[in-house]
Amino acid sequence: METTKLPPSSPSSPTTSFSVPSAEKVDGFPRRSMRRARQRRSHSSSQFRYQSSQVELTPLPLLKDAPVAELHDLFCKKLQQCCVLFDFLDCVADLKGKEIKRAALNELVESVATSRGVLIEPLYPEAIKMISVNIFRTLPPSENPEFDPEEDEPTLEASWPHLQLVYEFFLRFLESPDFQPSMAKRYVDQKFVLQLLELFDSEDPREREYLKTILHRVYGKLLGLRAYIRKQINNIFLRFIYETEHFNGVAELLEILGSIINGFALPLKSEHKQFLVRVLIPLHTAKSLSIFHAQLAYCVVQFMEKDATVTEYIIRGLLKYWPKTCTQKEVMFLGEIEEILDVIEPSQFMRIQEPLFKQIAACISSPHFQVAERALYFWNNEYILSLIEENCQVILPLVFATLYRVSKEHWNQTIVSLIYNVLKTFMEMNSKLFDDLTASYKVEKQKELKRERERAELWRGLEEYQERRMQMLTEAARNQRNLQDPKTIAEPTNRHIDAGAGTFLL
Amino acid sequence: MAGADGDDSLYPIAVLIDELRNEDVQLRLNSIKKLSTIALALGVERTRTELLPFLTDTIYDEDEVLLALAEQLGNFTMLVGGPEYVHCLLPPLESLATVEETVVRDKAVESLRKISQEHSPVDLEVHFEPLVKRLASGDWFTSRTSACGLFSVCYPRVSSTVKAEIRQHFRTLCSDDTPMVRRAAASKLGEFAKVLELEYVKSDIISLFTALASDEQDSVRLLAVEACVSIATLLPQEDLETLVMPTLRQAAEDKSWRVRYMVADKFSELQKAVGPEITKNDLVPAFQNLLKDCEAEVRAAAANKVKEFCENLPEDNREQIIMTHILPCVKELVSDTNQHVKSALASVIMGLSTILGKDNTIEHLLPLFLAQLKDECPEVRLNIISNLDCVNEVIGIRQLSQSLLPAIVELAEDAKWRVRLAIIEYMPLLAGQLGVEFFDEKLNTLCMAWLIDHVYAIREAATCNLMKLVEKFGAEWAQNTIVPKVLGMANDPNYLHRMTTLFCINALSKACGQEITTKQMLPVVLKMSNDQVANVRFNVAKSLQKIGPILDSNALQTEVKPVLEKLASDTDMDVKYFAQEAISGFKEMMSCVIPHPPDCCALSWSVMERGQISCKLLLITVPHPN
Repeated sequence: METTKLPPSSPSSPTTSFSVPSAEKVDGFPRRSMRRARQRRSHSSSQFRYQSSQVELTPLPLLKDAPVAELHDLFCKKLQQCCVLFDFLDCVADLKGKEIKRAALNELVESVATSRGVLIEPLYPEAIKMISVNIFRTLPPSENPEFDPEEDEPTLEASWPHLQLVYEFFLRFLESPDFQPSMAKRYVDQKFVLQLLELFDSEDPREREYLKTILHRVYGKLLGLRAYIRKQINNIFLRFIYETEHFNGVAELLEILGSIINGFALPLKSEHKQFLVRVLIPLHTAKSLSIFHAQLAYCVVQFMEKDATVTEYIIRGLLKYWPKTCTQKEVMFLGEIEEILDVIEPSQFMRIQEPLFKQIAACISSPHFQVAERALYFWNNEYILSLIEENCQVILPLVFATLYRVSKEHWNQTIVSLIYNVLKTFMEMNSKLFDDLTASYKVEKQKELKRERERAELWRGLEEYQERRMQMLTEAARNQRNLQDPKTIAEPTNRHIDAGAGTFLL
Repeated sequence: MAGADGDDSLYPIAVLIDELRNEDVQLRLNSIKKLSTIALALGVERTRTELLPFLTDTIYDEDEVLLALAEQLGNFTMLVGGPEYVHCLLPPLESLATVEETVVRDKAVESLRKISQEHSPVDLEVHFEPLVKRLASGDWFTSRTSACGLFSVCYPRVSSTVKAEIRQHFRTLCSDDTPMVRRAAASKLGEFAKVLELEYVKSDIISLFTALASDEQDSVRLLAVEACVSIATLLPQEDLETLVMPTLRQAAEDKSWRVRYMVADKFSELQKAVGPEITKNDLVPAFQNLLKDCEAEVRAAAANKVKEFCENLPEDNREQIIMTHILPCVKELVSDTNQHVKSALASVIMGLSTILGKDNTIEHLLPLFLAQLKDECPEVRLNIISNLDCVNEVIGIRQLSQSLLPAIVELAEDAKWRVRLAIIEYMPLLAGQLGVEFFDEKLNTLCMAWLIDHVYAIREAATCNLMKLVEKFGAEWAQNTIVPKVLGMANDPNYLHRMTTLFCINALSKACGQEITTKQMLPVVLKMSNDQVANVRFNVAKSLQKIGPILDSNALQTEVKPVLEKLASDTDMDVKYFAQEAISGFKEMMSCVIPHPPDCCALSWSVMERGQISCKLLLITVPHPN
């Protein structure tokens, strides 16, 4: 799965890749509405209303022509000039101003990137202010409420021509050799970071790509913010999992986390373990898992490679959230399990083999051939095969009945032949055990049927008993009522008997 | 109860617990859903001492099982021995209220709220309130979130010292570190305010409300808007200006569109809560701003409220406010760039005519209606058409009919079949409003054209539409205008159209009555039994079964029966099947009603068809021949 769609260096042009969103395609509407839809494809944030009347920009002298003494002053003026915002939805409005700002931003980017000694302390607040004013905005409502990141074209940010340069400037600013974290931390504070994180919800992949790199740099350079950033990412994920199920930047945040986890010190802090168990594992429940599964699986494997003792939590967590109805997700889970098994320690493997192979057996008997096939592929993996061989005594009895049954029943020939191969492997591994299991298969099946009958019997008895009790209760209530004088009938205890009796019926 | 407990030994707890532990999730789930059966088998005492501890200890199951458990425990009071023992249910529910999955937690909280009512005031303080406190100071956000929903149920019934503690806990959660908890607290703020004494509403709630309404996260701020409604309702009028309005004004101007959307969405409730004076001074300009908001989402939410807002304005200067402040904004919205905004407006704008009266409607609203009837978006036009009745009452529909017709025709021929379907559904309404003459002149052809639409759903709706029209205009009208055309289609070369004839007959026969059915429709149906397409033939059988009850028994015997018998020996399997179905249907009918005059038969069956009298009832009232 591709991890990064659009690297910052090659942002796709917003004007070339327009296609009509699928919702409009089926409409069969005349052309004019399609044109309208196309115009609405890019959107802008709702901040214009709050801006005071537009200032007319006048071009300033070029930075490279400025005498050294005036350089910083001019730099500052350019930063202030770039604080003016333009309406990009109206593409012909104030073209001159837009061009002046674009040129100024370009100059600022180049200056920060190439010349040394530009970033002096007084510039920090101005630079951060310019960045804040431009990038921090309430993201507009999604054009398409059922936006499916896999199917639909994302809505692109209209003001990207300026926004991109601002992000570029921010990135160069952070990467500049002159950059002083001790000065920056006064302006790049918790509030700033929180707003930065909220922007990850942007539908525009180009913006998220910049944000990812920028946040990574901030995390790397401003040590005081690290814990805070992790906590806020936690909150974003928890909200995504349990409240909204919608956040566009999950994959990007996970990608950053992947490298953060890589740098965790050993032994793992309990905060980090909690993050794994209570945030990363539950992320697997998301409906849109396919969009960020590669990054998520990477994070999970990173954790295991750091500290093998978390293996059991991970596998048990995945088993708990194993998809029940979505076969597409089931295949993803199986893929992740294989990635995990690839690096699992044999001692850890023994701790989880039982529940794990029960699930694998269930997958093998899935009527969806891709699920069964994906599970059976485990036997093609040499490392996994060696683990199975070592624990053949445990694993073979767990999967034998399923393999035996599915080999006779599955509709798909590929699955049947894969199963024959697996059975053959097992026969070669431990022919004695294999023969024993074959012999006892029928007996086991009979036992199972017997247990099943006993269960049914038990419940029938229970239900009969319940009926008798119900009758007794209602009779008792009636007798009690007859004994009492009419006034006391409405006593709470009496009513509760009735209410209780009512619930038994359910 | 003592006697019943004697059976306890029947079921060893181990067996039952095995059921609850079964390896198969589905079986476990089934067992949990029948938990009350198990508890009943154990009796109240052992349920308390054995079953509940087991349940409390093993809450590490699949969320689905936990959800079922949380729900069950809410109805368990009687099974543990009644209200005096209800506190035994708290430990398992407490654990459930801390799990990660929201639905499970919510269900646990719901059950806790339910059983809190069954606690005596003493038990509430001894058992329930400590639980709330534990949850409120839990480590992980889930338990604190759950606690937010429990304060309001125990507050009214505890002593004043405990009340003070509860208030303190709520305050703490409102400024919790995690936004999830603050959201939960904000969403319960209104509910909690309602159970507080007024002095504490003023001293505590207002400060919390102000803080939440200026939270750094818009998801928290927008929930404060909801609380605003409840709080404003609780406070005396004179305090609103100082305590609530600054926050509300700020919310209406919030930089996040989500918050402004919430204000727009709750506008009618807010308007009622703050009363007429503040509405005039504050809400009118705020509403104007929302109608002009830069986000379409907000404009649409506000547009939806236009009618309600205007209706609830103080009557003394309602008209003036609408004319000078609201109407100009509404006029702009008619040509909004966003179709959702326009269609939201179209769904309520007609309602303004009753408020503004005839003259204003003609002068100011009519041009807007006409503009919307010509809107490029079909939904806008449909919304206008579907609300015609409001205007009809005020100015009569004639004013509109000239513009209406092109709009209807265009919708009727829209490329999207769902749009066509929607307009068909308004046809009976339109027919009623426009009258039979206008209908015959302009709309009848449309209604007939839909019968040969290439989408089945449209043909089906068109058939149903004809039935409603006949119900409205009467059998005689049907005979003159519709029936000939419908029957004419029986000779159409397209078998789908021939089948439409049959479907129409099925629908119309009841409304047209025995005479038309027997004399005009039946011959056509019978003739179609020779159709070369099997689908048509078996639909003939179905139609005959359908219209049989309306025919007189003579026609049934002499005309219908032979045809059905012929069809019953058809070469096609399906034709045979449906013919036999029809024959056996008639036999059943005949066996009941033969001793009665044919009229009675027809009557009683047609009544039954409408579903007003059940079959059983009929069999009782009509004496059986044997």
